[in-house]
Amino acid sequence: MIMKRQEFLKQSALTTAGTMMIPSFLKAYELGQMNVDPTGSKILVVVQLSGGNDGLNTVVPFRNDIYYRERPTLAIAREKVLALNDEIGFNPALEPLKALYDDGLVKVINNVGYPNPDRSHFRSMDIWQTASSSDQYLNTGWLGRYLDATCSGPGGCAQHRAIEVDDTLSLSMKGNMVNGLALLNPQKLYNQTRDGMIKALADHSYPETHSNAGYLYKTLAETVSSAAYVYDKSAKSVHRTIGVYPTHELGRRLKTVSELIQSDTRTRVYYVSISGFDTHINQMGQQERLLRQYAEAVKAFMDDMKSANRQNDVLVMTFSEFGRRVKQNASNGTDHGTANNVILVGGGLSGTRSDRVYDQAPDLQNLDMGDLKFTIDFRSIYATLLEDWLATDDVAILGKKFPKLSLL
Amino acid sequence: MENISKSQRLQHLYWRAGFGATPEQLLKEVRPVKTLVKEMLTQSDFQPLVVVDVDQFENNKTLKKLATNDKPDRDAIKMRIKENAGLIRDLNVLWIEQMASGTDILREKMALFWHGHFACRVLNPAAVQRYLNTIRTHALGNFADLLMAVSKEPAMLQFLNNQQNRKGAPNENFAREAMELFALGRASGSYTEADIKDAARAFTGWGYNLRGEFTFRQNQHDDGLKTIFGQTGQFKGEDVIRLLLEKKQTARFVTGKIYQFLVSDQADSRESQTRIKGLAEKFYKSDYDIAGLLEDILTADWFYQPSVTGNRIKSPVELLVGMQHSLGLVFQQKQSLIFIQRTLGQVLLYPPNVAGWPGGRNWIDSSSLLFRMKLPDLLLRSRPVTMQPKQDGDVNTQLLARRGGDLMQVKIDWDAFEKSFSEVGPDELADALAAYLIQQPLGKTQRAVILQTSADSARDERIRNLTAALMALPEYQLC
Repeated sequence: MIMKRQEFLKQSALTTAGTMMIPSFLKAYELGQMNVDPTGSKILVVVQLSGGNDGLNTVVPFRNDIYYRERPTLAIAREKVLALNDEIGFNPALEPLKALYDDGLVKVINNVGYPNPDRSHFRSMDIWQTASSSDQYLNTGWLGRYLDATCSGPGGCAQHRAIEVDDTLSLSMKGNMVNGLALLNPQKLYNQTRDGMIKALADHSYPETHSNAGYLYKTLAETVSSAAYVYDKSAKSVHRTIGVYPTHELGRRLKTVSELIQSDTRTRVYYVSISGFDTHINQMGQQERLLRQYAEAVKAFMDDMKSANRQNDVLVMTFSEFGRRVKQNASNGTDHGTANNVILVGGGLSGTRSDRVYDQAPDLQNLDMGDLKFTIDFRSIYATLLEDWLATDDVAILGKKFPKLSLL
Repeated sequence: MENISKSQRLQHLYWRAGFGATPEQLLKEVRPVKTLVKEMLTQSDFQPLVVVDVDQFENNKTLKKLATNDKPDRDAIKMRIKENAGLIRDLNVLWIEQMASGTDILREKMALFWHGHFACRVLNPAAVQRYLNTIRTHALGNFADLLMAVSKEPAMLQFLNNQQNRKGAPNENFAREAMELFALGRASGSYTEADIKDAARAFTGWGYNLRGEFTFRQNQHDDGLKTIFGQTGQFKGEDVIRLLLEKKQTARFVTGKIYQFLVSDQADSRESQTRIKGLAEKFYKSDYDIAGLLEDILTADWFYQPSVTGNRIKSPVELLVGMQHSLGLVFQQKQSLIFIQRTLGQVLLYPPNVAGWPGGRNWIDSSSLLFRMKLPDLLLRSRPVTMQPKQDGDVNTQLLARRGGDLMQVKIDWDAFEKSFSEVGPDELADALAAYLIQQPLGKTQRAVILQTSADSARDERIRNLTAALMALPEYQLC
């Protein structure tokens, strides 16, 4: 359906927007371009496990004697592991994820990391979010720069092309020209932008200057427009959630992602995070509880996508800032480590049953001072997702060429 | 050249060299800017900020022992981690309150700058406290002394892994950041990987002892020949610092960063570059006299041009402290101060990485801007807080993510604030308050929006509503 700009404005609570401040994505309506999304329909959902998830107890090397030797009280018993192949299998708490795996919707990538790994939470998270080298400090995130890249296309810059379901925005979502949009749910953000003087000020046309005042007003206008657009779309659309979402934060957030996808907000990237993986003490119960929440939420989300016929359009990438040491510590926990696994979930994955585990199981014999060595640079995964999934120029976004992996 | 009024000059100076002036200060101040700057530079009532005894430094060692015991006492470990985070939080709050007190403002402002420049983040409260007081001590002194002192701080040596930098097994982290972030700048092209390698060898043996004092461990020092910046010798750490200071690029880099901090976050215009070059020459010739450099900047004619004033985005801490200082605002729950810093993305003593906070437009995104504009409502009108910052995953900093109650309890000294406007007639009130709170002319639309919020109310209520409305403007985010 092609909607004229006037009609759109009437319907979307944007009626008084000053011409000067109409973001370019709305201008695209005038050109009648919004009925076809020029950038495709594939959607990337990033799930961040904050705190350093213990990869070895997530994807368990259940045939490895070193694993059992180094983790006398923490190792997952062989018979409990949900085997993926002859060597590795899921933590039993990941049962719902195993069901997706059996349907061919999951790929596990082993040994992911980067050279000269940093064991501090914030620094390593920085590196993952900005896609920098370990001796490089960037002020923009890889998904923010993806957003930048979409600015030059038809429709121009739009915050809501990348949405973080949260109250605050991660560095990964900040670009040079435009930042992603943070919202816990469309209604809440919409209410915030209707509050007090905000609406009146956003409607006010501010001259496009290089001054910082101009920048603030531009950000405000774009935020109010994007909030109204997303709210409008989501209020009008019929979206169903058939999956049973666990009633915790991650469950609620992935449910919101599902609703937004079904509302067709033209968002290409979603970002959610769940915290609590920093398990120095009494790891077992804590990690299993979080992994169960994660697996249940992802399963419910994928069930929704299947019933909405969008299974092949979504890809969920799950990462953590680092894995943990091979040897458990004296407090029934594990300390900060290095290489880790990354999990992809979605309908568009390549391969047969036998190659749904990418790269061999971690080599526990050949460690770097007690830590796993990486074989796959995480930026190779980013490069692959950017080019093969989001159909964009990965080199421009990552600043350098990384070898692609055959994942999709 | 366009001129700005005396009052605007004063406000500009107080905002850039400090955290704003109170309306009373502005009414009373009659001295010229030059005299004020001199006074700011020579205030000498320096007091260290103290939340923990220095001999508590060993605490962390005990913590390590607790954790590696055969039968670790988990509750004791948890308690100790919580205590440590609590102490760093107390120090954070103490520093914020010191900034908001309005005494020795230029020292605190520059300490804030140096905290971003020499960014450091460790978990030992005694080490953090030492580090903070070191940058506060030298904030207005000599950069050569500051660079040496902060390089020898246990917190910095730990943060940049120099404790692990040993003869035969060098760790280059400290040497690399000293060149890239503390002195020369990454883009300068004035050092090579070979320089870093040999500088790292020169720094071997620099460490600290259990009492939290710098020590030179001779047996871990590599006393072989090193070649750094083309000079060869049996260099030690002190020599590397000296060689860095001999390079003019160091003066240039540090001057550029101070200019960005005090004058303009977009410093790459030709005009700015010319100014920076001149300032850096003088800074170098003065053997790195920080006070001299600051005086040159803060008394320059161009510093008070309309293109400079009111065009700098306040950092979260500047915004917060500025509101506290202007209104005599006191937080009843210290956690509120942490919550605001956390939500807006700048928690003192927890910089994101060794490069510090990127600043400028990086402070602003959809959610941080909306929260900044909501903040006056939360503080001045006791509206409930509906946002929650995300956790960073580190068990050691969980304490920081707490919101406290849904309502922020604050006390505001409205009497003092209102008194300064007692001579202002009812029709001029909005403009008088705007002239005080906003560092650029108030636009027509903004004026209309502000007036709507305070129609038909009693005078004191009007002042409060107008103040809250003005502080919610995007223009209030600028200084």
